[in-house]
Amino acid sequence: MTEHKKSARLFPHIVLWFAIIIILFPLYFVFVASTRTSADILSAPMPMYPGPHLIRNYGQALLEGTKNLGASAFTMMKNSFIMAMGISSGKIIVSLLAAFAIVFFNFPGRKFCFWAIFITLMLPVEVRIMPTYKVISDLGMLNSYAGLILPMIVSATAVFLFRQFFLSVPREITEASQIDGATSMQFFRSILVPMTRTPVAAMFVIQFIYGWNQYLWPLLITTKVEYYTLLIGINRMLSGADVQIEWQIVMATTLLALIPPVLVVVIMQKQFVAGMTDTEK
Amino acid sequence: MAKQYEFSSKGLPYLLVLPQMVIVFLFFFWPSAQAIWQSFFLQDPFGGKVIFVGFENYTKLFTDPDYWASFRVSTSFAISVAFSSMTIALFIAVQANKKIKYDSFYKTMMIWPYAVATMVAGVLWLFMFNPNVGIIAWILKYKLGVEWSHLLKSDQAFLLLTLAASWKQISYNFVFFLAGLQSVPLPLVEAAAIDGAGPVKRFWTIIFPLLSPTSFYLLVMNLVYGFFETFPIVHQVTAGGPGKATQILVYKVRRDGVINLDLGSSSAQSVILMFMVISLTIFQFRFIERRVTY
Repeated sequence: MTEHKKSARLFPHIVLWFAIIIILFPLYFVFVASTRTSADILSAPMPMYPGPHLIRNYGQALLEGTKNLGASAFTMMKNSFIMAMGISSGKIIVSLLAAFAIVFFNFPGRKFCFWAIFITLMLPVEVRIMPTYKVISDLGMLNSYAGLILPMIVSATAVFLFRQFFLSVPREITEASQIDGATSMQFFRSILVPMTRTPVAAMFVIQFIYGWNQYLWPLLITTKVEYYTLLIGINRMLSGADVQIEWQIVMATTLLALIPPVLVVVIMQKQFVAGMTDTEK
Repeated sequence: MAKQYEFSSKGLPYLLVLPQMVIVFLFFFWPSAQAIWQSFFLQDPFGGKVIFVGFENYTKLFTDPDYWASFRVSTSFAISVAFSSMTIALFIAVQANKKIKYDSFYKTMMIWPYAVATMVAGVLWLFMFNPNVGIIAWILKYKLGVEWSHLLKSDQAFLLLTLAASWKQISYNFVFFLAGLQSVPLPLVEAAAIDGAGPVKRFWTIIFPLLSPTSFYLLVMNLVYGFFETFPIVHQVTAGGPGKATQILVYKVRRDGVINLDLGSSSAQSVILMFMVISLTIFQFRFIERRVTY
């Protein structure tokens, strides 16, 4: 830093603390609400500090859910988790294979495959949501994990990140493994994939969050309560008159929906930041 | 870069790209083609007749004041979100980039909202502003004399959506601005300081121009976010209301398709959106190749 005056050194701290407080502000009140009774919340303004009902509220949210929904946060968390894991791991595996073929083999149609994948980068799912819905319904995949996961694996970001990385693998490594008599799949399994750890971790973080936070798609294709993800459940709990909403349970469920992806980002912050700024290119 | 083609095999590469290609065709090309195809037909909502109508679905849209209203709302929403979240994020990133104590703590505290679902961001702010139980709505009403009811007043609905959508997007912009700031060569900044340029002047004459590729990339990404990825917030917070005051384009696609069962019009809207995204992307590639300034 180039400034040495005391006031100049203090300024960034003040700005950053101010920003942190604004960012945490809504979260704090949601937390307070999740530790109070329905009556506390409805008697606006709600007290500004946490109440004594933390365990009871989270217990009810996890095991029973609200009365108007009929699904527990535990079940919905399981669904969100399956969806997030399915999307992130499915995408990583499919993309690793595709990038491997495109970078390490020369075959007729290679260019075509490359462009067919590349063009998917351009269109977010939101744009072609209705016809995708029809495909899934024709395949009989409404209300199923496959239906929740498969269409979300489409986009090419992971293929591109891995392709970029594979292109930077020194030729000598590939040649050495061939001299040692490794087949292409042996090379892939025991040399290439272990080398790709860092981009895979970055992709995992980004895709896990993407999957966990999907909303429009599960909203369309899940009509059975057993397949609700947390976000869909929260939406359903909030539909209805304000006085009937069990705010304390909804707020507890909201925090349960928020914590897992936030933990993933905080724990894997370094890989996450590197991964985000790399896919930009 | 050197080409890698080290291995040769007849069938294997096809087997390797097969899963990706199946998914791309089944869930990308097929639905996109379907959307284009259906946009030329009028469909009986109860599954009966299908009539070819040419471009009628499109001309109807372009002469529909509802559609233009939705277009205007989407545009002003996307621009407001992009502008507010980018300026705030840039300001914070500049502060966090100074070599100060606890900077990694500050960074973590700024980055975590990225992981919050847009829908959850909507719920968080909805709870603050709920006219019956929200703490901010209460303060506004009893301390400042402002009656808050975003379900009745369209400007308040718009403001609440912008607030929630920007709150979530700040961390994304922060990550990129910080990465951009860290790649600004320090000697350049120090030289300017020795020459007597104060921090504000240094920012506008040296740092900001060097950030322009990042800013431009972010502008496009933020517009895409504002246009297409904010459906969850709108659905949760205002449901497009009051009336149709906050009905953004993606919301209208779903409403016309799922609720009104007007598949032809909904498909035509999807196709228009596709064109919008594609032109935004091409626009971006063009400019990124030119690297804006430098």
